[in-house]
Amino acid sequence: MGIVKRVNSKKNRALLLQLVKTDFKLRYQGSVVGYLWSLLRPLFMFLILYVVFTTVFPLGRGVPHYPVYLFVGIILWNFFAEMTQQSLGSIVGRGDLIRKIRIPRWMVVFSTSLNALINLGLNLVVLMVFMALNHVAPLATLLWLPLIVIEVYIFGLGISFFLAALFVKYRDIQYVWELILQAGFYLTPILYPLTRIENPTFQKILFMNPMAQAIQDARYALVSHDNAIVTIWRAFDGGWYALFPFAVVIALFCVGITYFRNQQNSFAENL
Amino acid sequence: MGKDKGHLVITDDPNDDIAIRVEGVYKSFRLPHNKQSSLKGSLINLVSRGDRTFETQEVLNDVTFGIKKGEFFGIVGRNGSGKSTLLKMLAGIYAPSTGKIITNGSLTPFIELGVGFNPELTGRENVYMNGALLGFSESEVFEMYDDIVSFAEIERFMDQKLKNYSSGMQVRLAFSIAIRAKSDILLIDEVLAVGDAAFQQKCYAYFDKLKEENRTIVLVTHDMSAVNRFCDRALLIENGKIKAIGKPSKVSNQYTLDNIEAPSKRNDTSRLRLNNGVKKLDIELRKPAYKQSENLVFDIKYELDNANPIDFGISILSQNLSIIEQNTKGIEIDTTPHKELTLTFTIPLRMLNAGQYRIDVAAFDRPSFSLQAFHVDAATLYIKQNGDVRGGILNEVGTWAQK
Repeated sequence: MGIVKRVNSKKNRALLLQLVKTDFKLRYQGSVVGYLWSLLRPLFMFLILYVVFTTVFPLGRGVPHYPVYLFVGIILWNFFAEMTQQSLGSIVGRGDLIRKIRIPRWMVVFSTSLNALINLGLNLVVLMVFMALNHVAPLATLLWLPLIVIEVYIFGLGISFFLAALFVKYRDIQYVWELILQAGFYLTPILYPLTRIENPTFQKILFMNPMAQAIQDARYALVSHDNAIVTIWRAFDGGWYALFPFAVVIALFCVGITYFRNQQNSFAENL
Repeated sequence: MGKDKGHLVITDDPNDDIAIRVEGVYKSFRLPHNKQSSLKGSLINLVSRGDRTFETQEVLNDVTFGIKKGEFFGIVGRNGSGKSTLLKMLAGIYAPSTGKIITNGSLTPFIELGVGFNPELTGRENVYMNGALLGFSESEVFEMYDDIVSFAEIERFMDQKLKNYSSGMQVRLAFSIAIRAKSDILLIDEVLAVGDAAFQQKCYAYFDKLKEENRTIVLVTHDMSAVNRFCDRALLIENGKIKAIGKPSKVSNQYTLDNIEAPSKRNDTSRLRLNNGVKKLDIELRKPAYKQSENLVFDIKYELDNANPIDFGISILSQNLSIIEQNTKGIEIDTTPHKELTLTFTIPLRMLNAGQYRIDVAAFDRPSFSLQAFHVDAATLYIKQNGDVRGGILNEVGTWAQK
């Protein structure tokens, strides 16, 4: 596809930089603390969930460093949700550019996703501080984290391209996707440890979701190798089925890109 | 889903002296009668396919032409003729339905001034954003930043948000950035329509500069004087087809003539009142438009029920004000009943200035002069300009002398 070559062209790099900068500046336009919100939002969400799930419904008992465990899940999920939701409206939102200049369409979605990635980066810094405060011993598996982030990013990007193109034609997708994300939040083991689900078949079914696999892997890599943190390898006991989530990521990415490429010529007309 | 099969090829071949090639391009839009941009509508339509109604609007129909490198090329046509769609296809914004478009070299479209301007960003930030859209890196914009700002004459406002700018300031800033575009091919759509006379002068100066630099320009416009002044060649497009292509003078004359012809075909304000034995009363102009040097010749077509003596009167009006009135008093009139008869009227037009005039015709009973029939706005007369434009309705009346 030559996408790397296209990103590397001087013109496209300059444009991408400006698109990302503009999004960044406009995100919290007119708010007092501005960009701090992208850190405060997941932090507050964490605080609420933490209080609820340690005092009211103590789900996290038996999980080492449950606060950190919870926080890892929240920021990865937030990254995925934010990226897909914002990309969904990106083509429509940049309609003025699409209808009037020759701007590579993919760049609009790509720049939005990069902004989500920047946000994730900031949140990961907060996470590291948080880990230090919680006396989580750094693990060598920390080095896996970039790979896990790349996996979630590719997963989100495929879906983003698909949704952004679909939204041009069907404006309901926004609400449908909101509902899917809501359901996804509870289908993904973010709040509850997987050890709570005793039926191994259910565990395996839940792991078909790449977000479940990625979040559990991230927890394993960052927080603890304790058996209370069930990863897909543990659930499938090393079987090849454990590669299923990666296949989902690649398949959805291809579907998303293909659909986007097929639709992109008619964006200007359909907007 | 009605996929477009045509395509756009972007090349950069310095050995090819053609900048843009348009080959057998068709473009149609599907316009659903009730736009289904919701899932529910689509689901309903999936179930009952028969109910889905849409119109296919043909916008361009087999368009083929080429533009050479270094050419200043004009595209003219009435609103809705397809010229803006054509420009958007050259720009790669719309895809052709069938056919092929090849653009050779870097290209920048100016469909509108200030595309991508964001009211929430400062003038400075918008300059960088807009510069990037034109293909400039940050350091390149940084180098020309001072020139851009001073040309736009808004130095003091650059750190204010764009939403606090007047529309004139926004246009000046946008134009000041736009003219930095270094592309081989520039597509310009009606940019001149915005702004005042001073701004138009700036645009014209820019066009002159572009011509000197031998850049390839495609200009879509309604302004025939700009076509004649700048274009090397021009294209007239009508109902999606090429009507004329070639010398700008030829194309602009054709366009002007078409615009004169078109309205006279539909005379909506025409009112006819017939009674007392007059069955028909019409005016037929011999030509759609006249020059000042010509004689106006028209026929009054009438048909009568009886052979009673009758008189006709005509009146030429400008904006409801009657300028010339003539009647047939004392002239022999044929009153053979039940037969269409013709009475011809001739008048030199040299005393009238160019413009649009209305002709009324009436029939009167001969001795009593009582009104028998009246056709208001029976015809519209267009007089074309001969030489300089003059004010007033009457032409060259009076002489000057100095003591």
